[in-house]
Amino acid sequence: MSSITDQKYAPGEHPDLPPPPGSIGVVGWLRHRLFSSVGNTILTIIAFFFLFKVGNAVVFWVFTGATFTGETQDACTQGGACWLVIGDRFHQFMYGLYPQEEYWRANIVFVLMVFAIAPLLFDKLPHRGKFLIFSALFPFAAFYLLSGGLGLETVDTANWGGMLLTLVLGITGIVASLPIGILLALGRRSNMPIVRTLCVCFIEFIRGVPLITILFMASNMLPLFLPEGVNFDKLLRALIGVALFSSAYMAEVIRGGLQAIPKGQYEGADAMGLSYWQSMRLIVLPQALRIVIPGIVNTFIGLYKDTTLVSIIGLFDLLGIAQVAVADVKWRGLAPETYAFIALLFFISCFSMSRYSLWLENKLHTGHKR
Amino acid sequence: MSNTNVQTSKKTDEVAIQLKGVNKWYGQFHVLKNINLTVGRGERIVICGPSGSGKSTMIRCINRLEEHQQGDIIVDNIELTGNLKNIEAIRREVGMCFQHFNLFPHLTVLENCTLAPIFVRKMPKKEAEEIAMHYLERVKIPEQADKFPGQLSGGQQQRVAIARSLCMNPRVMLFDEPTSALDPEMIAEVLDTMIELADTGMTMICVTHEMGFARKVADRVIFMDAGEIIEENEPEEFFNNPQSDRTKKFLSQILAH
Repeated sequence: MSSITDQKYAPGEHPDLPPPPGSIGVVGWLRHRLFSSVGNTILTIIAFFFLFKVGNAVVFWVFTGATFTGETQDACTQGGACWLVIGDRFHQFMYGLYPQEEYWRANIVFVLMVFAIAPLLFDKLPHRGKFLIFSALFPFAAFYLLSGGLGLETVDTANWGGMLLTLVLGITGIVASLPIGILLALGRRSNMPIVRTLCVCFIEFIRGVPLITILFMASNMLPLFLPEGVNFDKLLRALIGVALFSSAYMAEVIRGGLQAIPKGQYEGADAMGLSYWQSMRLIVLPQALRIVIPGIVNTFIGLYKDTTLVSIIGLFDLLGIAQVAVADVKWRGLAPETYAFIALLFFISCFSMSRYSLWLENKLHTGHKR
Repeated sequence: MSNTNVQTSKKTDEVAIQLKGVNKWYGQFHVLKNINLTVGRGERIVICGPSGSGKSTMIRCINRLEEHQQGDIIVDNIELTGNLKNIEAIRREVGMCFQHFNLFPHLTVLENCTLAPIFVRKMPKKEAEEIAMHYLERVKIPEQADKFPGQLSGGQQQRVAIARSLCMNPRVMLFDEPTSALDPEMIAEVLDTMIELADTGMTMICVTHEMGFARKVADRVIFMDAGEIIEENEPEEFFNNPQSDRTKKFLSQILAH
């Protein structure tokens, strides 16, 4: 054997030896994961072959064979994607039917939105307190900027569209559904029979009905029951529908978290003399919400994508405006390019939410993870 | 265990806690049967008995973690009824330590200690932190103040729990089997802390099986079985000369080892 093992050491004096070569680093990883046996080596080679083929085709379609410059569809002769349609329709994808000369208002809202959302997401931000006040005021500012009045030209909400509408629906739904969901979840676990019954009925009714039905009812049936002349905005009705729908789901996710909190935590809080709302706010909810972050973000992502259903009631969100673009005779047969672009936009939003939730989970980890 | 010599009892004639004819049922099951108990201010009481005898239930009735259905419980001259104001008033004055500590895992040790003073006593944060550090020093873990409970050993966690209760400056401390979930070497450190606390003249009611602790600290030992108080006596008399057969049997089992 090697000289190292021949040497004698006093008990407890044995030095650390390096691991055998080939078991660590890149070589070790390759050997262990990809080429550990003959069968696995063959599978690896086959898999690489397919990856190469598919990857090649994708790169050709998206980049090398694609057309990026030109005016009309006639410029697209290379066989790959014809991205010209995206450039031509880009403004519609972003703003829908919002009047072109008012785009700047939407742009200001986009920028302000970043400043309004940041303090909600990151608690270590400098001057967070001031930013939070701004976040609270933002919805009103955004509504004024987007809909106009008081010196700005009025823009009917029916003309809001594209990414703008998707963000308005998604963010409003997300921001509204979390607190409503918390109240519903607490209500469902309440000792007060009337509160509990109301919450159970609401949750079970909303969960038992598809979102499309709720949107459809809000848009077409509600006006029938309202007195004549009373009419409120179609977008507002869609917003309420989406928010209520997702808050019912949110309530059940949060209830799962509440049930995971051991009885001892409630008793510890009670024994110290905290009131019900104090113990919920300070002890139970912070822990319960942390446990169900994956479920909450799941619901958020579901909600964000479900906003595409508003096209059923005649609102042109990102997907709705894409369908309009696909039907354009000027750009025939370019559905794959259009939908790929829309998919990319949705993916960026949803993937960011997912990464944020992972980051948050790590941040809130305090050594009691089971 | 510690060699601290416990000073003579600081018991006074003033009444801290009184239970009069307390009865409680879980459904059909009669857990507490006509409990009568008076605890003087400064008195240290140890409650023992086989499991399921209603010891924990009884002390949990004192701060209304469990509701009694018959009889009167008076704590610090406040009668315990369904009235939320009374319940919260009593809980402010009664500290409790649990078998499983029940620290709040999402808060640091210091935050655990300052939470109730800040939100229940409306104390300024700085003052609450000073008091918390004072008690953390008394239970000998000030250096752990910024850690989370999950990073401490069981014994350390229980000492934090004791400090957390003391931060509310309670007039009575309840201990519900504080050492039952701990390893032997950690039991000693927690008992030492409790003995020191007893030295300060705190009114204490401890449910525990630590008979050495009972001998050293208790003014009175109470034996419960099947929801009744079977026997109560001073520790020497209780251990050397038990009156009832059930007490004798229990003591022979628990002291056999």
